[in-house]
Amino acid sequence: MAKKSVWSDNRFWRRSATWVTGVASVLLIWLTFDTMGQISMGTDADLKNGVTKRVPAPTVINYKIDYVFDSKRGHEVPKIGPEKEQFFGKFWNEEEAAALLHKGKLASQAKNCMDCHTLLGNGAYYAPDLTKAWLDPAWQENGPMQAMTGKSTKEEAMAEFLMHPDRYPTHERMMPNLGITKEEAVALVAFLKHMSSIDTNGFPRNFGRMQGAIHGK
Amino acid sequence: MANNALVGVGSESKQLATWYFTFAAIIFGAQLLFGLVAAIQFVEPSFLYQVLDFSIARILHINALVVWMVFAMFGSVYWLLPDETGIETVGVKIGKLLFWVFAAAIVVVVLVYLLIQVGPADESTIWFITEGREYIEAPRWADLGIVVVALGFVANLFLTGMKGNRSGIVTVLMADMIAFSGLYLCGMFFTDNISMDQYWWWWVIHLWVEATWEVFVGSIAAYALITIIGAHRKVVEMWLWIEVAMLFGSGILGLGHHYFWIGTPEYWWEIGALFSALEPLPLVAMFIHVLYDWGKTQGAEMCEEGTDEFGAKSVITNKPAFTWITLNAFGNFLGAGIWGFFHTLPQVNLYTHGTQFTAAHGHLAFFGAYATILIGMMYIAIQGTNGIKVLKHTKASIWGVSMITGGVVGMTVALTIAGYVDVLVSRAQMGATWQAYFDGQAGIWFQQAMDWRLIMGVVTFLGFLFLAKDLLTTGKSPVHER
Repeated sequence: MAKKSVWSDNRFWRRSATWVTGVASVLLIWLTFDTMGQISMGTDADLKNGVTKRVPAPTVINYKIDYVFDSKRGHEVPKIGPEKEQFFGKFWNEEEAAALLHKGKLASQAKNCMDCHTLLGNGAYYAPDLTKAWLDPAWQENGPMQAMTGKSTKEEAMAEFLMHPDRYPTHERMMPNLGITKEEAVALVAFLKHMSSIDTNGFPRNFGRMQGAIHGK
Repeated sequence: MANNALVGVGSESKQLATWYFTFAAIIFGAQLLFGLVAAIQFVEPSFLYQVLDFSIARILHINALVVWMVFAMFGSVYWLLPDETGIETVGVKIGKLLFWVFAAAIVVVVLVYLLIQVGPADESTIWFITEGREYIEAPRWADLGIVVVALGFVANLFLTGMKGNRSGIVTVLMADMIAFSGLYLCGMFFTDNISMDQYWWWWVIHLWVEATWEVFVGSIAAYALITIIGAHRKVVEMWLWIEVAMLFGSGILGLGHHYFWIGTPEYWWEIGALFSALEPLPLVAMFIHVLYDWGKTQGAEMCEEGTDEFGAKSVITNKPAFTWITLNAFGNFLGAGIWGFFHTLPQVNLYTHGTQFTAAHGHLAFFGAYATILIGMMYIAIQGTNGIKVLKHTKASIWGVSMITGGVVGMTVALTIAGYVDVLVSRAQMGATWQAYFDGQAGIWFQQAMDWRLIMGVVTFLGFLFLAKDLLTTGKSPVHER
């Protein structure tokens, strides 16, 4: 055997593995600190002053939310306000809105939503993605769901559907009745409205913009 | 260093390993059964509607997957520890107690999933029924139990590694298992912020599956290559260290590919794309290089020593295990590597995120990267427990491996086609709404794909029955060399 090469030396590779792992971990932790700052929830004051946060405060439910193309960023972004709108017939103060979102997030887990749906694109693929469900044309004034549930606002139609999905079949594949109470349904709709206000870097693409383009619908 | 016959039969650690493997195999069967229920529901939605809904079937399908793999991983460690360290595992009595605690907790969790299913929107549900977070739905009381069991397992591994010979394989396992256990803690807290929730949720799911589990598999493959074909430890361990460097080097920051669309900043696009594109590299390297180095020197010499029907003496001492481990090397590369890379760039992932594409990748990756090698370890345990010199294939083992592999590959192809429909129709063409989703699902190509997925699922399950029969009977079969 000729001179021992470093490339076939176990110690060299063991040290390399340790260093590579260490450096990658330190980078991940550093990036995590930055990301935590950027995705922590905004405040009610941010909303009032028009400060854009990636994850807005729970009181975002008092605002009109849209999803519009931003030519600078090259994709759609949520547009919050400045117009306000009532949610279940009232404006919610900071405490009420926070409590409602808390309940809604708990409900989303207690009912195993993400084992049929996707939330922010993560979950199961047996039912539609809920990331921007609040903005879905099906629930708007001229969509089919308000007429079907006999309700005159989007939030009431959504809550009614969540409480009795088995009464409103839209497809052969139906959502089961999960025993969602009125209170839980209202909270879940708040959770959905809040989720639609999160800046998801343009996911999903072209949401709701292709309406009527296909099959002459 | 290691002498594979040193402790062998009669080791309590190895006995405990067989308990873990047995329970794992049972849960594997349950995983496939609940997978079949979910697959039937895609074809016939009224099947068990409001009795065992898709969400529950799927929770059981994916939780059983995680649980059987963790059980088989613990079993693998308890199996190889005496061989690697040259001593009986320290604290094996506690290990046995923890096994029963773990198994009992799993049974209770499954019964609650099945019988209670959902709870009211308050903390009691999170504590006692479900946490409702994909893959780690187990309620919090069970989380705490899992932490205790994992700590006991890690303590046994460390104490044994420190007392006995600490081989390279054991060193890697020690570092890897402490990360594996620690990461679980990231998945236990509740937050109202869904972006924050998913950020930490991925620390468990991704850093388990694409970092610590992969390194674990590297260690097991190293042990298996030494055990089955007598590869030189120095060569194997060198490749193991290279693999650790490559896996952690790509996998840790590859986490970024889950942070494209959950509310996290744009810089994760570049980080996730770059590092996850590197992830496929290590997945097949060690196996090929070890075989190459081994074949050039040892293998050639050993083959000259004797002859069999091919004019050469086979040097593989455990044919079924070697088959499964070969499948692991290529299945890992194909399922985790190629099928993962398909949709890992953000430009593509914008459309593929949350479609059947992910399901296709998930099926082949979990099978290729983990199921294969863990089944291989079960065969190594059967060989050791029954004192068999050369464990050969039986009809059942060949049917088992062929049908399971064929079935999973078939499901993957079917789901990939379904994924294309999702991506092209529901996403690109129709814009991802409620109606867009159902237009995609109603497409004839999607429905045919789901029919084929069910058929291939049945093939997989039949293959499992052959595998189960073989695992139960092959130890006593007269075909092996004893």
